[in-house]
Amino acid sequence: MSVLVNKDSKIIVQGFTGTEGTFHAEQMISYGTNVVGGVTPGKGGQTHLNCPVFNTVAEAIKSTSANVSIIFVPPAFAADAIMEAADAGIKVIVCITEGIPVADMVVAKDYLSDKKCTLVGPNCPGIITPDEAKVGIMPGFIFKKGNIGVVSKSGTLTYEAADQVVKSGLGISTAIGIGGDPIIGTSTKQAVELLMDDPETEGIIMIGEIGGGMEAEAARWLKDNMRKPVVGFIAGQTAPAGRRMGHAGAIVGGAEDTAAAKMKIMEECGIHVVASPALIGEKMAEVLQTRASI
Amino acid sequence: MNIHEYQGKEILKSFGVKIQEGIVANTPAEAVAAAKKLQEDTGTDWVVIKAQIHAGGRGKGGGVKLAKNLEEVEQRATDIIGMQLITPQTGAEGKKVSKVLVAQDVYYPGANEPKEYYMGVLLDRTKQQNVIMYTTEGGMDIEEVAETHPEKIHKEWIDPAIGLQGFQMRKIAFNLGLSGVAFKEMCKFVKSLYAAYIGSDADMFEINPVLKSSDDQIIAVDAKVNIDDNALYRHKDYAAMRDESEEDPTEVEAKKHNLNYVKLDGNVGCMVNGAGLAMATMDIIKLSGGDPANFLDVGGSANAETVEAGFRLILKDPNVKAILINIFGGIVRCDRVAQGVVDAYKALGTIPVPVIVRLQGTNATEAKELMDKSGLEVTSVILLKEAAEAVEKAVS
Repeated sequence: MSVLVNKDSKIIVQGFTGTEGTFHAEQMISYGTNVVGGVTPGKGGQTHLNCPVFNTVAEAIKSTSANVSIIFVPPAFAADAIMEAADAGIKVIVCITEGIPVADMVVAKDYLSDKKCTLVGPNCPGIITPDEAKVGIMPGFIFKKGNIGVVSKSGTLTYEAADQVVKSGLGISTAIGIGGDPIIGTSTKQAVELLMDDPETEGIIMIGEIGGGMEAEAARWLKDNMRKPVVGFIAGQTAPAGRRMGHAGAIVGGAEDTAAAKMKIMEECGIHVVASPALIGEKMAEVLQTRASI
Repeated sequence: MNIHEYQGKEILKSFGVKIQEGIVANTPAEAVAAAKKLQEDTGTDWVVIKAQIHAGGRGKGGGVKLAKNLEEVEQRATDIIGMQLITPQTGAEGKKVSKVLVAQDVYYPGANEPKEYYMGVLLDRTKQQNVIMYTTEGGMDIEEVAETHPEKIHKEWIDPAIGLQGFQMRKIAFNLGLSGVAFKEMCKFVKSLYAAYIGSDADMFEINPVLKSSDDQIIAVDAKVNIDDNALYRHKDYAAMRDESEEDPTEVEAKKHNLNYVKLDGNVGCMVNGAGLAMATMDIIKLSGGDPANFLDVGGSANAETVEAGFRLILKDPNVKAILINIFGGIVRCDRVAQGVVDAYKALGTIPVPVIVRLQGTNATEAKELMDKSGLEVTSVILLKEAAEAVEKAVS
């Protein structure tokens, strides 16, 4: 098991022949990910990285039975690419693109509401199930196979957490980078829920940041569904109000979306919250050990 | 992107929103000419001189003044242009005013008593839909209303598939207690305001106050307009409205190097790849007894050039007593970043504060070796925990 992607996933790359798409598709393939083709409108019929190129996602599915798509399309066309994937019947859509206009995402998100698919991102590092599939831009070698699930809004902070987990003697079941935009496909709660239901995952690391109410929503759900230990960290404890910290969604608007407020709610709901990002891995190991000794 | 009131109003007007008319002026003489023109065009007798800075609460700081004749226009404009305007949102040092908006007086006497409302349009991140937020308590600080009278704040969510509907406009106008001409005018106002929000790719509108004038017109008297930076590529005319003099000069400089920099008040500078890790690094600095002097995300391409630019930005701040570089190498190889640090050092000559370099991930060991052998006075570490300890030592 694992969540969202595994060795049986058939993956296509939208924006396949572009610079970003080419570079990361190569990395994914060399990791062992089952990339079955790609889409670049107008380049259908060509072969790229030994894989077929299609004009549309629908054609790609017809020829390859793809069920997962990763999107490297430029911001102006990315929301459209998401909707194309959903319309064609892709089950898991991972959108890496950063800088999509919010108005485009409001429409795309609404379009997806009655489709049977899961969108992860945009503005995210993707998803990795170690030794099975890397559908993202993360450095694969950091993610050693194991039983800890990771949910995070940030890229490099996810790598940091995974690295600490591995150094503390554990490993990763699936890591999901949900993205740092104001509108994203999979919320913290939805990602945590997937990992909670995954028999292979024994502990969950939940990494959030300032802005929005997703961590609080996840925490409140966890309060009644804590079947596995959850370690949490919120980045931006020192961020001033009203300033955007890199991610489009990382901005403190009101009292509820500060790091302190989120950490308090998370603690009250039974999450093991660490104040220092250097202690994420250690805390997870400690919590699992305590649990095992009871 | 933040823009001035006069620019925001221009955008609103272009979508048919009724605004308090005005003309922008850079000098007292221009203000007088503007007032004359405004008197001719709109028939206004008095005018209002409004400081144009990117901060709210201008009236409280003395940046908005009524002028009853042309002598007063000149006098008020002389007072306001060039002043260091301090408002609750500018911080103690205030902001220098370089232009004013000379605006018509919309509070003229008439059949009915003028009444002020508040209306905002923004994204509700929880519902993932746009929402129109409004209240009868206009002219006040909306956070204050939310605190003291939350029941007076109404919200109307907009379905992205079908857009704003007629019943929603009517609901808003009824909830504001309107009838007759004012009711119809409010429906029109809401319709054009939302069209402007969508059409301009805004990510925030705040119209405070929205005025019902004595002759039942509905007018935007102020306009705080934010445009979604990600959508500026399709609005070149709005992109040209950016006023860099309103932004921190170091932040403007950072943008030129494609670096994401936010100035803060602390004493430890930092340079990090990735926004989340950058925020986490700021937190580490705080937990280690320091205070972050900045947020700086160098993005996916940490090389000699970006590292050097980053150093230069951080060192502009005289409060910086130490610098922490925190790079988690994924696709970016740590040894190349380390080489970048070495090259940047050479290019800069000397760096007058202690530097802690934490490189982890791809080729981290090679990177540490390179740093250690470089002969530079840097503390090189691999674990985030070690970085925290090094910062603690540097600031104590």
